[in-house]
Amino acid sequence: MNNTGSVTILQKYQRKRLNQRSQTLLVLAFGSIFLLAITVIGTLVGDIAITTNFTQKNFLPQIAHPFGTDWLGRDMLARTLKGMSISIYIGLFASVISAVIAAILGAAAATLGKKVDAVITWFIDLVMGIPHLLLLILISYAIGRGTFGVVVAVAISHWPVLTRIIRGEILQLKEANYIKIAGKLGQSKMKIVVKHMIPHVFPQFLVGLVLLFPHAILHEAALTFLGFGLPPEQPGIGIILSESMKYLSLGMWWLALFPGMVLMTTVLLFDLVGGSLRKMIDPHSAQE
Amino acid sequence: MRLEAKGISFGYKKGVKILDQFQITIENHERVGIVAPSGFGKTTLCQILSGYIKPASGQVLLDGKDIYKIQGYCPVQMIWQHPEKAVNPRLRMKDIIAEGDGIDERIMDGLGIERDWLNRFPGELSGGEVQRFCIARALGKRTKFLIADEISTMLDLITQSQVWNFLLTEVAERKIGLIVVTHSNLLMERIATRQVVLSSEPAKSLLFH
Repeated sequence: MNNTGSVTILQKYQRKRLNQRSQTLLVLAFGSIFLLAITVIGTLVGDIAITTNFTQKNFLPQIAHPFGTDWLGRDMLARTLKGMSISIYIGLFASVISAVIAAILGAAAATLGKKVDAVITWFIDLVMGIPHLLLLILISYAIGRGTFGVVVAVAISHWPVLTRIIRGEILQLKEANYIKIAGKLGQSKMKIVVKHMIPHVFPQFLVGLVLLFPHAILHEAALTFLGFGLPPEQPGIGIILSESMKYLSLGMWWLALFPGMVLMTTVLLFDLVGGSLRKMIDPHSAQE
Repeated sequence: MRLEAKGISFGYKKGVKILDQFQITIENHERVGIVAPSGFGKTTLCQILSGYIKPASGQVLLDGKDIYKIQGYCPVQMIWQHPEKAVNPRLRMKDIIAEGDGIDERIMDGLGIERDWLNRFPGELSGGEVQRFCIARALGKRTKFLIADEISTMLDLITQSQVWNFLLTEVAERKIGLIVVTHSNLLMERIATRQVVLSSEPAKSLLFH
């Protein structure tokens, strides 16, 4: 008998060294550390991102400047990190506000009766019915562009999906037998909310919040790229990308490639972190 | 104490009434069995009698007070058919039993609840074990009527007899009225002092057309 014939089915499908939970934890830790590193370094970079040095114009990527330099001799790595950290801050702030709006509206829709529910559901449909980028541009433009405009636009346009989830969860919980029983056993409404409802809804809320980050970041970058967002003196990732458009035809590919890749990596990482968090909190979804 | 249902009607669909002008009066020394095939509204009736559902017309009165409007602890306690749905999967059994109205050690012993189970989550117990907690939880100090909706279907025969023996003595000692729903005729004959047959024409016509 040859060697391959003696491998049993069990050996063939031998378990990987890490189980799925450890793998998920590892991914979660790695993603979080990476994102934290981008944010912290980007914040500490300071003025390097806007310091011009005309002796070092248009450098290709090299050891001293891994992402190259632009037409004003600014280091692209520093600019990219700075831009990314600005995007992350805005994303963080905007998605927290969006999530809070979602929590309040979702809870209100589920608990304050049919009329309130109908109005809130109508608003959800309304906001979801308008193309997202269009809505963002409208809001940002109406408020007067700039950083404030972007933050407000991103913050008040991302709540519908999470609102739906929270509303659905609470509606389902309200009908759960054990919650009705708790009421008949004389438990107060407050106690039922704290003991039975929040432990169920909070994990969903948290995962929803983290999964809002990538959307918020991407939309901030898109708005800025189109010129409705951050002012040009800020090294926002959207600004970097739109400025580099003019120089792409001159063959300066590194101006767009690296910042674009960092943006994509960040968004994917946030998605990965959110997905891992969901798997940790709600193990049933891990097999999907 | 007296539990009275006066002219109760209820239906889930428009135009189809599962219960039509249903009347019943139960004293707290009685053990009443409710008999009907599946889909005839036994569980619905139980929920109406214990104040979970407001009937479309009519009232359930406990010593003259509308049961649906009672705030706080409800003296009419219902034990549900599915124990796994009747407990919060995120709470430990000791927290679940603590929601009841001062449940004695005696009740837990009588139902065969082991102390070791108190620190577990519902998912770590079998359906029958969880159901014993649900029964114990419903036997709080202020309970005057107990509604048992198919509570022993998931128990083996020995445990069934243990649980029912305990329940019958407990109910007799504390003068708790008992309303029982079960498909087992033998059990029904042993427990019920009186049997009520639910028959509802609309539901039947739905079943057989």
